[in-house]
Amino acid sequence: MQTALSIALDALAYGMALFIICIGLSLTMGLMRLVNLAHGAFAMIGGYIASYAARDLGLGYAVGIVLAVAGTILIAIPLERLLFRRIYDRSELSQVLMTIGITFCVIGITNYFFGPTLKTIPLPAELAQPVDLGFRSIAGHRLFVIASGLVVAGGLWFLIERTGFGINLRAAVENAPMARALGVRTEWIYAASFALAIGLAAFGGAVGAEFLPIEPYYALRYMVTFLVVVSVGGAGSIPGALAACILLGAIDVTARYLVPDFGNFFFYLAVILIVCLFPRGLLGRAQ
Amino acid sequence: MTRQAPDSAAAARPMRSLGRDSVGVALVAIAGLAGYWLFPDNLSFLTRMISVALLVLSLDLVVGYCGIASLGQAALYGAGAYAAGIACLAGVTEPFLLILIGAAAGGVTGLLMGTIMLRAHGLPQLVLSIAIVQLLHEAANKAYSVTGGSDGLSGMAPAPLFGIFEFDLWGRTAYLFGLALLVIVFVALKLLVRSPFGMVCRGLKQDPLRVSALGISAFPVLLRMFLISGAVAGTGGALGAIATQVVGLDSVSFELSANALVMLVLGGLGNLYGALIGTVVFMAVEHIVAAFNPFHWLTLVGGLLVAIVLFAPRGLSGSIDEAARILMRGKRRTAP
Repeated sequence: MQTALSIALDALAYGMALFIICIGLSLTMGLMRLVNLAHGAFAMIGGYIASYAARDLGLGYAVGIVLAVAGTILIAIPLERLLFRRIYDRSELSQVLMTIGITFCVIGITNYFFGPTLKTIPLPAELAQPVDLGFRSIAGHRLFVIASGLVVAGGLWFLIERTGFGINLRAAVENAPMARALGVRTEWIYAASFALAIGLAAFGGAVGAEFLPIEPYYALRYMVTFLVVVSVGGAGSIPGALAACILLGAIDVTARYLVPDFGNFFFYLAVILIVCLFPRGLLGRAQ
Repeated sequence: MTRQAPDSAAAARPMRSLGRDSVGVALVAIAGLAGYWLFPDNLSFLTRMISVALLVLSLDLVVGYCGIASLGQAALYGAGAYAAGIACLAGVTEPFLLILIGAAAGGVTGLLMGTIMLRAHGLPQLVLSIAIVQLLHEAANKAYSVTGGSDGLSGMAPAPLFGIFEFDLWGRTAYLFGLALLVIVFVALKLLVRSPFGMVCRGLKQDPLRVSALGISAFPVLLRMFLISGAVAGTGGALGAIATQVVGLDSVSFELSANALVMLVLGGLGNLYGALIGTVVFMAVEHIVAAFNPFHWLTLVGGLLVAIVLFAPRGLSGSIDEAARILMRGKRRTAP
């Protein structure tokens, strides 16, 4: 019982960290129809900035995370203008290739500047100590990650379903020329939602560094995981991504606890089964 | 070039492209033999290049001719490599038989992979291909008693070719054997993609709706292509196992699959020459640059990929074609 509970809590925290990173990718794929394999690279950049600010400059955890989000968006904007904008309407294969190319570049450059070692983000004292939940205690950091995940999910749902920006975004996705004719500035909408996705990636990279350690190959190592989560959840669906993250996080963590020498075997087996049963993802929309 | 031009052009095209193809095959063979004379100290590397070229050719069948994006082709290559390696250690040492075993294992894996992948479309399909190669990777890692786990298989000793030519330390026999194999497979694939079956595959890539309106059901056609592609990739894997006499976990990895796709795109999709050109250029540059610093190599490949997508979507062979067409047009215009 004790093991089951601690597995469940770990799985939930891990799933939420995945969710914060992947939801941005799910939005770019589902709403902007862009297969952005470089999403993990942006999460990694966020992690590096947070680590540099919090550990090397000693600015503290909160400042580190804010700088990570802002810095990563600053890096991403010129990339969006120069590279991503040209492949929005290209074939899936072109998008995959170009974004893999960007990922490779980011890995090479990061290693050149920061070296191949693992980077840590020191936690503040409040998050480092365990919190008593009554029935058992949990590391404060995990609780923070779970709470952040819930806030992100709620905030995004509100933004897309309930605000003017969300209406414009959905209109631009549904029919871009018509939205433009009605005075929606689609270029601006795309750029803003791209920045939002990247910002979430950076936030997730910094917050989830305890689960997905920051190192140069981060972008490639977890690229597959992120892609898997999005396609299992169904691109563009927030509840789908949430369900996929919690389900896959649970499978992954449970397999690691109970049969550690099988590695990722059961994770990928589950992925194949789920995708075969739900080719559009758990909660994907029909196309 | 007056009224008769369209007729004579249509009549001349099959003949001309047949002639072009025989010249192309001859060029491939000559380039291979030239490698044999020019780089006698690097034959084992060149043999590995041929083995990977077979993998890239097999990927071209699926991606270039059927339009199915796959990041898991190494699953088929690795199946062939492991099957040949295990058979060789079990006492089957005849090289031709080992190649056949590899091709069969690759073909069976291709059938399985096709059955699974064809259930989905677009992104989920891509994810399935990745999941399959990762699953096989973990399985090969776990089944220590059969595959040697992370140590891999080693100590294969294939019998002499035709009972005469030993697989020697310099890899001369292995290289010439591989080259002959590559040329045979290449000719077979050239015939395949020109056959009605190859045309149906191309049709499915361009307009699946129209092909199904012609009464052709897509699934069996694509599955057959997966079978053929698997057999070709398995041949490559078996060749690698025989030539290097080692089979490692890297032969069934996501990295190898991704690299194969990069090589294919570099050379040009939907063009068998492109697959060969891409493999040779990619592996040669990697051999040189990665010796200095593997991370510079990664940056270079990344930059190259971005540049290809932006400026040369048809790859190196497409750019060569384009250049040739411009030159030819210039010549024809100057001719009386």
